[in-house]
Amino acid sequence: MKYDTIIIGAGLSGLAAGIRLAYYDQNVLILEKHTTIGGLNSFYRLRGRNYDVGLHAITNYAAPGSRTGPLAKLLKQLRLRWDDFNLTPQSGSAVVFPEHRLNFTNDFQVLQQEISEQFPDQIDGFNRLTFEIEQFDDTNLSQPYRSAREIVQRYITDTTLEDMLFCPLMFYGSPTPHDMDFCQFVIMFKSIFLQGFARPPEGIRLILKNLVRKFKSLGGELKLRGGVAEILQQNGKACGVRLEDGTEYECDVLLSSAGSLETFRLTQATEDQVTETVPEPGALSFIESIYALDTLPADLGINETIIFYNNAPRFRYAPCEEPADLESGIICSPNNFEYNDAAVVKEGPTLRATVIANPQYWMNLPEAAYRAAKEEWFPKILEKVSEKVPPFQEKIVDTDMFTPKTIWRFTGHENGAVYGAPVKLRNGQTHLENLYLCGTDQGFLGIIGSMLSGISIANLYVLSRM
Amino acid sequence: MTSEQIRQVIIDILERIAPDEDLTNLDDSVPFREQMELDSMDFLDIVMELRKQYRVQIPEEDYGNLITMDSTVTYLEPRLKDVESAV
Repeated sequence: MKYDTIIIGAGLSGLAAGIRLAYYDQNVLILEKHTTIGGLNSFYRLRGRNYDVGLHAITNYAAPGSRTGPLAKLLKQLRLRWDDFNLTPQSGSAVVFPEHRLNFTNDFQVLQQEISEQFPDQIDGFNRLTFEIEQFDDTNLSQPYRSAREIVQRYITDTTLEDMLFCPLMFYGSPTPHDMDFCQFVIMFKSIFLQGFARPPEGIRLILKNLVRKFKSLGGELKLRGGVAEILQQNGKACGVRLEDGTEYECDVLLSSAGSLETFRLTQATEDQVTETVPEPGALSFIESIYALDTLPADLGINETIIFYNNAPRFRYAPCEEPADLESGIICSPNNFEYNDAAVVKEGPTLRATVIANPQYWMNLPEAAYRAAKEEWFPKILEKVSEKVPPFQEKIVDTDMFTPKTIWRFTGHENGAVYGAPVKLRNGQTHLENLYLCGTDQGFLGIIGSMLSGISIANLYVLSRM
Repeated sequence: MTSEQIRQVIIDILERIAPDEDLTNLDDSVPFREQMELDSMDFLDIVMELRKQYRVQIPEEDYGNLITMDSTVTYLEPRLKDVESAV
C-alpha cells in the first residue's frame, strides 16, 4: 500500500499534521504504536474513574474569538471551532518558595503587581525583560541557542526571583537541566505568564476526539498497534516503513513524532545503513501521584489551579540521585478552573502531585521491585505535598501513580523523558531528505505548541511543495 | 468565472481560514494584511484552497500578486476564465 505521507505517532502533533495533509486531499496514514491515541497526552479509565495521563493545564489560553496568538492560529489552520476545545480559564496559580509566594492568573498584571510588591527593586528589570520577550520572534525556526539564564540575569539580579520565574517554565517544558534555550524560555513565558492556563472540563479526550474525528472525516487513516520497526530507505531517502508485525507501507514523505533519537534508531535497523551522529536522549522525567477525592479541592480550601513549589535555597531543576526529588514539585487540580458547573469535570475531584525523578532508577527496576518502590515513594511524596496545602489525605478514595517507566510506555521516549531530547531540531530536518520530525523534539512546546509543530512541518515540507 | 465570482471565491476562502474576521467592510484596494490578521500560514492556505477547489497552481514567485483583493482578482482572472464557478 502506498501513501502520499505516513506519520509516525497519533499524538497531538501527528494528528494535527495529518489533518492539514488530509484536508488538502493527501492520502495520509498515521501509525500509532500504542493501543490508544494521544501519546504523552493520552487518557485512561481505572476502577471506574477517568484520568488524563499527563495533562495539568493547557497553556497559550486566548478568549474565544481572539484573532491573534498561537491558539487562534491553530484553530484556523485545523478549521476547528473554539467550541471544539471548550477551554475554560484557570482560577489562579502560584509559585511558592521558602520566603516568597507569587500568585499569577491569566491577567499578566497580577504577576507584575506581585513582583512590584515583593521585589520592588526588580520590577523595572522584569518589565524590560517582558518587553524583550514580547519582541522576540519565537516562530523563527532558525534561532541559535542562547542561555536563558544569562539573558534573564541582565534584567533580574535577585536570584530568588530568577528561580521563581524559571520554576514553572522549566517544570512545564524544559528538556535540559539548570538552564533553557532562550527561545524555549520565551515560548514558555508567553504561553504561561502572558497567555495563561485553561482546560476543557472533559480533559484532553475532548481535544483528541475532535482531532481524530476531523482527520477521519477528511479521509485520513489511523492504525493503532501499528508500531514501526524500521524506516525503509532507498538512495538516501525514506521510502516507507516496516511495522513490528512485518507489514510494509510505502510513502513519498515520512513525518515522525517519535523523537529524534527514537526516529534515528528506526533508520539504523540494518548494519549497512550509514551511521550519522547519534542524537542525545533527554534525561528529565517525573513521578506523578494522582489522588481521587470524595470532596472538591476548593471545599477543602485548596483553590489554586497549579502550585509550583520549591523548599531549597536555590531551585534545582535536574535529574536527581535519589529516586525522587522531594525539594520541589507541582500540585494541581483539574477542578480549579472557572467552570460554570464544577460537576462537568469528567475526572471528578482530583489532586495531582508531580516531582522530578531519577529516570535510570525507575527504568531499570525489575517488576516486583518496581511495585515495591512505588509503595515506598508514594507516602513520602504525599507527606511533602501535604505541607503545601490544607489537609486532604482523609478525603482520598483512590490513587494512581506514574513514573518515568510509565511515560516511556506511552511515548517511547528513552528515559521517559517528558520533554524529549535536549537538542531540538527546530527545522524538523533529519539525515534523510524526506524524513522530518514533528512534535516534542521539533521543539514547539505544550499542547497547543505540539499541534502547531505538526502543522508547521506539514506546511513547510509537504503543502508548500505540492 | 467573472471577476465578481472570483471575488466571491476569495471571500469564501477568507471566511473559511479566518472565521473570526469581519469581512463586510473589506477594502479591495488595501492589502489584506492591513485589514485582517493574516500570516504566511494563511497565505499558504489561500493558495492551497484555490488549488483544491479550482485546480489552479500558483507558483511561490507569484505570491506577491495576492496582496490586495484587486490584485488577486486581476491575477486570477485569466487563470480562471474557463473555470465554472462553484459558488
